[in-house]
Amino acid sequence: MKYLHNIGQYFIMLKEAFGRMTKRSVLYERSLKEIDELIIDSLGIVCFLSFFIGGVLTIQTSLNLSNPLIPRSLIGYATKQGIILEFSPTLVSIIMAGKAGSYITSSIGTMRVTEQIDALEIMGINSINYLVFPKIVAMLFYPFLIAISMFMGILGGYVTGSLGGYISTDDFIIGLQTDFEAFQIFYAFIKTFFFGLVLATMPAYFGYYLKGGSLEVGKASTASFVWTSIVLILINYVLTQLLLS
Amino acid sequence: MIKVKNLHKSFGDHHVLKGISAEFSKGKTNLIIGQSGSGKTVFLKCLLGLLKPEEGSITYDKEDFLKMTEEEQQIFRQQLGMVFQGSALFDTMNVGDNVMFPLRMFSSMNPEERYDRMIEVLKRVGLENVEDKAPSELSGGMQKRVAIARAIANNPKYLFCDEPNSGLDPETATMIDNLIQEITHEYDITTVINTHDMNSVLEIGENIIFLKFGEIKWQGTNKEVFRTDNKAISEYIYSSDLFKEVRKAHLNK
Ligand SMILES: Nc1ncnc2c1ncn2[C@@H]1O[C@H](COP(=O)(O)OP(=O)(O)OP(=O)(O)O)[C@@H](O)[C@H]1O
Ligand SMILES: [Mg+2]
Repeated sequence: MKYLHNIGQYFIMLKEAFGRMTKRSVLYERSLKEIDELIIDSLGIVCFLSFFIGGVLTIQTSLNLSNPLIPRSLIGYATKQGIILEFSPTLVSIIMAGKAGSYITSSIGTMRVTEQIDALEIMGINSINYLVFPKIVAMLFYPFLIAISMFMGILGGYVTGSLGGYISTDDFIIGLQTDFEAFQIFYAFIKTFFFGLVLATMPAYFGYYLKGGSLEVGKASTASFVWTSIVLILINYVLTQLLLS
Repeated sequence: MIKVKNLHKSFGDHHVLKGISAEFSKGKTNLIIGQSGSGKTVFLKCLLGLLKPEEGSITYDKEDFLKMTEEEQQIFRQQLGMVFQGSALFDTMNVGDNVMFPLRMFSSMNPEERYDRMIEVLKRVGLENVEDKAPSELSGGMQKRVAIARAIANNPKYLFCDEPNSGLDPETATMIDNLIQEITHEYDITTVINTHDMNSVLEIGENIIFLKFGEIKWQGTNKEVFRTDNKAISEYIYSSDLFKEVRKAHLNK
């Protein structure tokens, strides 16, 4: 029952986010700020992680490929597939649920417990629109972040492969070009788009409807991370079934 | 003027407001007093539409507030100012932006006019050169004053304060009380204040409503409060010895 109630409340929040709009100039300014905080501020960590995961994927694949009959270019192919299909869209999103998600929950949750949300409502502002809508706008740019992550992951594989002597750069590039299917890129970005929406709204839900004091802000951030990850993994599963099988 | 009729509010089995009827007049500081848990905050939140009462009516001048849709209520609230117990300043903005926020949202002023108005209302509450500071850099009393400045910036017709001087030293508390009263008279606003501070009752109680267990047990002015023989309010006020003395002094005058 409680879960049903929460799910219903979540969709009511979504509807309200597109309800009575706050003044356009204010929304515009807030959206820019959210893009800065959610996307730009995450660039560093996402690039760092993607580069090294790409490197590790290359090392592991090459160490497990001892059969001389299998072409070395397969290493490049495996790195590309791993990064584009799963690591960048899905795992980076789970990292973002920890980084951006808990930031969203705790900042909105703090506004709730210190009555700042009530203050917005009293002034006659649709507080859900004011708080959540700019985050959704910011997350429309999330696919760019993931595209950069893909690039960095493959670059990590390329650099590690050639510097570590696991694979020649020519083989790696042949691997990248093997079985290139545009539909897979489409699949990856469809996922990314949905993940972005979840990342913008679920943590906001946990903050907005928080009850209690500052202790609950911490608890809500944890709950937000756990539930956002679960939903991301489930959406990943469903979309993969629908689009790839 | 705000008119409330037969207001009921429950949480589950807990009947918090049991039929409140009251009038809050324009240009006066209307006080709601009562023990902790008597339902003051719940009452205020009902007046503002943050809680939905099950029964009763609330009329702002001629407008029936509870008949409005959620969206109409939101728009109506642009005429209200509210000072929260914990000030509720936006901590992502500096003091100046906090005060200009309602102007930016709802007035047709250009940026220079907004800036001038902000400086003007900050001055009105006795603050200067704080507009670039973060709210957290100010003391609790100063934050309260900024909250008052923000509440009055857009010339509200109604002003609400939830325990405006809790957590402040007596001198600052009196200063805040007087400030609210002066502003109420100056701009002819309908002001409703929640408090359990007896000093406020004496200083600015132009119309006092005493709540107990969700019912109004007494209503009158600060002049009358010492002369009444109403049992409920006497018990409340004279739970402190100090006020027994004050009453004696008052009656001997
Ligand atoms: N959201 C809520 N859910 C359930 N019960 C509530 C809720 N809000 C208030 N109450 C109950 O209503 C009663 C009145 O609370 P209220 O906050 O109005 O008291 P108060 O007079 O403002 O007290 P104080 O002076 O301590 O602020 C309390 O018993 C409280 O437990
Ligand atoms: Mg209260």
